[in-house]
Amino acid sequence: MYPILEAESIAPDVRRIVVEAPKIAKKHRAGQFVIVRVTPEGERIPLTIAESDPAAGSITLFVQAIGRTTRLMSELEAGDCLVDVAGPLGRASEINRYDGVAVVVGGGVGTAIAYPIACALAAKGNRVIAIIGGRTKEYVLLENELRAHDIEVIPCTDDGSYGRMGFVTEALADVVADEEVGVVFTIGPVPMMSAVADVTRPSEIETVASLNPIMVDGTGMCGGCRVEVGGETKFACVDGPEFDAHEVNFRLLQRRNTSYRAFETGQLSSLESLDHEHHEQLLAPVRGACARRAMS
Amino acid sequence: MKVSRRELMKLDRIEMPARDPLERAACFDEVNIGLTPEEATVEAMRCLHCKTPTCIDGCPVNIQIDQFIDRVAMGDIRGAADVIRLDSLLPAICGRVCPQEAQCEGACVLDKKHKPIAIGHLERYVADTIRTYGLEPPVEHVEPSGKSVAIVGSGPAGLACAADLAKSGHRVRVFEALHKPGGVLIYGIPEFRLPKSIVQSEIDGLKELGVEFEMNAIIGRTITMEELLTEEGFDAVFVGVGAGLPRFLNIEGENLIGVYSANEFLTRVNLMGAFHEDTETPILDLTGKRVVVFGGGNTAMDSARTPLRLGAKEVRVAYRRTEAEMPARVEEVHHAKEEGIVFDFLVSPLELLGDDDGWLTGVRLQRMELGEPDDSGRRRPVPIEGDVFDLDADVVIVAIGNSPNPLLPATEPHLKQTRWGTLEVDESTGRTTMPGVFAGGDITTGGATVILAMGAGRVAAASINEYLETGVWDREANEELETAGV
Ligand SMILES: Cc1cc2nc3c(=O)[nH]c(=O)nc-3n(C[C@H](O)[C@H](O)[C@H](O)COP(=O)(O)OP(=O)(O)OC[C@H]3O[C@@H](n4cnc5c(N)ncnc54)[C@H](O)[C@@H]3O)c2cc1C
Ligand code: SF4
Ligand code: FES
Repeated sequence: MYPILEAESIAPDVRRIVVEAPKIAKKHRAGQFVIVRVTPEGERIPLTIAESDPAAGSITLFVQAIGRTTRLMSELEAGDCLVDVAGPLGRASEINRYDGVAVVVGGGVGTAIAYPIACALAAKGNRVIAIIGGRTKEYVLLENELRAHDIEVIPCTDDGSYGRMGFVTEALADVVADEEVGVVFTIGPVPMMSAVADVTRPSEIETVASLNPIMVDGTGMCGGCRVEVGGETKFACVDGPEFDAHEVNFRLLQRRNTSYRAFETGQLSSLESLDHEHHEQLLAPVRGACARRAMS
Repeated sequence: MKVSRRELMKLDRIEMPARDPLERAACFDEVNIGLTPEEATVEAMRCLHCKTPTCIDGCPVNIQIDQFIDRVAMGDIRGAADVIRLDSLLPAICGRVCPQEAQCEGACVLDKKHKPIAIGHLERYVADTIRTYGLEPPVEHVEPSGKSVAIVGSGPAGLACAADLAKSGHRVRVFEALHKPGGVLIYGIPEFRLPKSIVQSEIDGLKELGVEFEMNAIIGRTITMEELLTEEGFDAVFVGVGAGLPRFLNIEGENLIGVYSANEFLTRVNLMGAFHEDTETPILDLTGKRVVVFGGGNTAMDSARTPLRLGAKEVRVAYRRTEAEMPARVEEVHHAKEEGIVFDFLVSPLELLGDDDGWLTGVRLQRMELGEPDDSGRRRPVPIEGDVFDLDADVVIVAIGNSPNPLLPATEPHLKQTRWGTLEVDESTGRTTMPGVFAGGDITTGGATVILAMGAGRVAAASINEYLETGVWDREANEELETAGV
């Protein structure tokens, strides 16, 4: 059992969860992820490690409540537990010093995933611009945290309720036009990453996408996470999750990610039809299971 | 009454009672029911007690087969178990999954003219009886040695190694990447062939011996090999990480939705329980669907029989060679046929076909014929020019074998690999190229068998004991390996 030390909502349906996992915290480098199970019979889901504190022995995860498992996970509080946390998995981001500006483009909860990469780039001495998008103001994440690392932030919202109105790709196109760009990292919904790759392709700017395929084990033993990069099949969990965005077959990724849509919709509606008491029953094995540790 | 050899040889082999094919193909209950005490006794009485029991030579760990069968015939099941225990751990598992026809039973003198003694069924009978009636010998107290050993991977190799080391008084800790111990026994081999409660009881037995289990520990990531020997303070490490990297066909269409590796498909069902109604782990809905499985080994049989139990309408196994070359256990092929699996022999996949939305719709196959023998002595299948045909399919499961998982070797430069990706070891001691580190099982042989993995785990345990006692790392063996350029 992995104790939850902190849990808070940072946007509608997005929770920040700090978990005690000392061995993972010690090893984590930007770009890596963990596989999490929420309940004793639960599925294995990949979540990017947003931050780690080796001294405190904890890692920070951001979870968006979109499916059954993430919904249940979002109901957890400090003192509760995660049944399993395995990692850190995947290759770490390659963080270099670039001549031009380093741009990080994050959409929705992708911003949280981009956050450690942006920080690592800044720590390497790069000038970093973070273009972060959300549907409305509430979905623009971590703006202040990014600024605290001397990162320039360009917030964008679909409805113009905050920052620039429009897609992150429009903001990116402007940056590319105005500045010498050394590298672009993009993390978020597949169509967004695909559009980002299209913006930087003509000028051949090095562009890295962090892919989010369906996973099971996360250690290279199932091949469920296969993606196509430069015409070759790769296992995202061990060969990635970051790849050259100009070479990624985003159409395939988008399609494969819909494999279980029917199942997922059914599960979510079955979860929604359950009342509070039933949710509590599902979460009973992990509720308060680590209460003492969280307080001390 | 003494019965003559000739009389004995007239007796028929007792067949293993099995569930009705139609009934069992709709559920995950174990197919084989197990021998009754009477059946076991009669079958054991058929044994001729040969002066030179060839069956023993056929057994990879040389169980004193004639001896244990003799005990069964006398009704001394505890005695039979004691005999088996001298050479083998995990008899309840091996009795179920060993390829007996290629080992002990294939070497039994009765195999030629009659039917061999059902050694596997008797082994299973002995182990099940002991487990059911709780007749295991009490855990013996051993003086702690003050030494500790890390076991990486909890498949049969790791479990066997852990058992022997714990019995020698060492502190033993098993590190497993997944959230449940057991390796292929848990995530690969399905419930209907090997009930998970049996694997669990083996693991419980190890816990009683004092073996510790740490799950979610991916060695090379969560903890490095180096750290196990330094910060974590282990005196030796055994690596039994198996061959878990699925091979694909490398043909067009392999990334269509509906194409699974056997590992993914079986893991979803066996480890994650995707066959339960209230599962949280998804699997494609197979109700009324057509499934094509590529391969001819046990994994292919498991991958074919599982979809039936999930409601598939038609399951076909497509294999490049003929039935005679299939590496699967004969019993599994027999059971698969009984359950209605269709076999297409001498066909090879050319392409997987899909629709505009990226879903699989069918497979394109090339008919083959047997040509000249290849290096392995098997006749090599060669394409029959122009003989190409399509089959409709909603799901394809690729079960053409697994390679050693490169994750651990890739993170530890001191561990040398062969060109097949297996770890380089001295076979008689399990010593790797990294001092203090031993290895065995599929990671050193490539995908093999449970009994070989178990045997290798025990060989390594003996060698670890010697190393812990003497502190001598046999460098010569390693240097020899190096100069031989293996
Ligand atoms: C579907 C299927 C059916 C089979 N049927 C039969 C059969 O009928 N009869 C038979 O004899 N054999 C059969 N086999 C083969 C047999 O299961 C294997 O030969 C045997 O399990 C190998 O044992 P092992 O201990 O070497 O490895 P495994 O059983 O593969 O166990 C290795 C373990 O190590 C873990 N691991 C891997 N990397 C790491 C890491 N870095 N850190 C920590 N842990 C790690 C894995 O998660 C796994 O649990 C079958 C195999 C499959 C896949
Ligand atoms: S070879 Fe067959 S008959 Fe002879 S001892 Fe072995 S099992 Fe019995
Ligand atoms: S998630 Fe199984 S191989 Fe990547």
